[in-house]
Amino acid sequence: MSDRIFGVFGMLLAIGYALAAFAIEESFLSDAVGPKAFPLIIAAILGLSSAAIALRPEAEPEWPALGRLAEIAAAVVVMIIYAEMLPVAGFVIATAFAAAYLAWRLGSKPLEAVATGIGTSVGIYVIFHLVLGLSLARGPLGF
Amino acid sequence: MDTLSNLADGFVIALTWQNLLLALLGCFLGTIMGALPGLGPSNGVAILIPLAFTMGLGATPSLILLTSVYYGAMYGGRISSILLNIPGDEPAMMTCLDGYPMAKKGMAGEALSLSGVASFVGAFLATWGLILLAPQLVKIALLFGPAEYFALFALAFMTLGGVSSTNQAKSAFAAALGLGLATIGVDTQTGVPRFTFGEVHLYDGLDFLVAIVGLFALSEVFIFLEHRHGGSDAQGRKIEIGRIYPPLSMLKQCTPTMLRTSVLGFLAGVLPGAGASLGSFISYSMEKRLVDKEGTFGTGDPRGVAAPEAGNNAAAGGALVPMLALGVPGSGTTAVLLAVLLSLNITPGPLLFSQNPDVVWGLIAALFIANFMLLAMNIPMVGLFTRILLVPSRILMPIVAMVSFVGIYGISGSTFDLLVMIGFGVMGWGLRKLDVPLVPVILGTLLGNAMENNLRRAISIDNGNWWTLIDSPLAIALWTIAIIGFVLPIIVNRKAKAKMHQKRDEEGAISD
Repeated sequence: MSDRIFGVFGMLLAIGYALAAFAIEESFLSDAVGPKAFPLIIAAILGLSSAAIALRPEAEPEWPALGRLAEIAAAVVVMIIYAEMLPVAGFVIATAFAAAYLAWRLGSKPLEAVATGIGTSVGIYVIFHLVLGLSLARGPLGF
Repeated sequence: MDTLSNLADGFVIALTWQNLLLALLGCFLGTIMGALPGLGPSNGVAILIPLAFTMGLGATPSLILLTSVYYGAMYGGRISSILLNIPGDEPAMMTCLDGYPMAKKGMAGEALSLSGVASFVGAFLATWGLILLAPQLVKIALLFGPAEYFALFALAFMTLGGVSSTNQAKSAFAAALGLGLATIGVDTQTGVPRFTFGEVHLYDGLDFLVAIVGLFALSEVFIFLEHRHGGSDAQGRKIEIGRIYPPLSMLKQCTPTMLRTSVLGFLAGVLPGAGASLGSFISYSMEKRLVDKEGTFGTGDPRGVAAPEAGNNAAAGGALVPMLALGVPGSGTTAVLLAVLLSLNITPGPLLFSQNPDVVWGLIAALFIANFMLLAMNIPMVGLFTRILLVPSRILMPIVAMVSFVGIYGISGSTFDLLVMIGFGVMGWGLRKLDVPLVPVILGTLLGNAMENNLRRAISIDNGNWWTLIDSPLAIALWTIAIIGFVLPIIVNRKAKAKMHQKRDEEGAISD
């Protein structure tokens, strides 16, 4: 069933992609092929392979329980917040929180998670910023 | 003679303190990454790319660092296969079959050192193979025009599907998805924006490094979160190594095996689309058929340890041949290495050998040096690496995730790229669940622009005539091979592939 849904989704993607390709504005100065042809070929392959997947589905993958899916979704949200907060809070603070969260969700005890978070953040700061000179996001505190 | 003097020049380049140090660092990190389940050669190299950039390394030193990681990972994968019966990375899967039984018999040390020697033999011979074969391939590649290049790219995608997945439709889907992603951004020939939906950040196109790190490294973090696999696989098990040098009689017994499988593995590596995993698989199968008269394979036969290890290391070297000579990588990790070259503004392919001989020969010389370093690291110091297996993934995976973020942020300094990377991570997780191979996606994003440009160039030269694509005998030959490579696995190979894939659930998506 998953493969059928995936195949249908793929076909919709192919149609959307093809429509977007048709909408590309042609420049008055164009080569013989133009900017649309290659994307249209790709759309055809995408659509055909999706149809094949939908028509001949394989064995069902093992989807995780709802709780586990929520776990992944939560991690994604944390990462998005991390990406947005990076320029605001500064690298060291933001990274310590994000790493601690991930360590905690992977089964660390709270104390160990905090230690992992701070250790990862400071470790990366020292190696990448102080030693290698990579510019990391600066927070209000200067790090 | 020419080759030898080139090689000597290469050694002059490679034998600087900086390059030697980078090779040493790469070998060390690579062995660790290979040994740790969850970090394979392709995501290992991927998360180190930003490091190479931020250190401001030139092309040759970056490549030396990253290919040392690649070779090192090939060595490291066997450690957890033998000790824990869990392959450290995909190509080391076959090593479990005889390596773990040997360890159970109390011969873990012998198995580790023998496989170290086998890895060395495989990689050493493959590096010679690279020297001999790559220049020949370059001679052929110089005959290629745009139409032939287009056919070659198609060939790479079509044959890749045959080995990297059990389902041709899914690998075709993956390739089309990657190529489609590559078309995002301003069209290089006419300057019109495509698929940008007004988003300014997309005008430059998607950075393939962002895609690679997201698909390979972040999706791995999600897989671990899904299973809440936070412990260390080595926990609670006694790891005893015993003697760390193989007895001479064992080496003697395995020598023919190592030589045969090195050649076979190398050839498997050169084929587009095949990688080290296939190399170790067919090496083991062939040896089993050839020398296993008493049915000892699978019960701890030393030859069953030597065969896949020599095979996968040789294939790793072989996979560099098409990447360097044609610019078409044959495996996941070489695709990542290609990304490095492209980001450094170096286009691999025939011209690389004439325009940047220092890069090519410096790299080859560094591979020889790295190989000796790895032998030294992997036999006397193997105990150190076994201890690294004790690091639980609840500590390791956050570090992997954060290093990925730092690297991408360090390159671009943009939050938008981080968001795109997270998106790729989620996509990678979903595709892996659905058993869609990720390597064609990466290859598509990398090669998409070159493929389209060659197509348009070929047709423009011939005034809009599409038949020009199959106008030369060389192009027809390439298309024929491509079609056979795509169709043949559908017809015959079902059984062999089912066998090869039976143990690789989600790991299989990142095959090398």
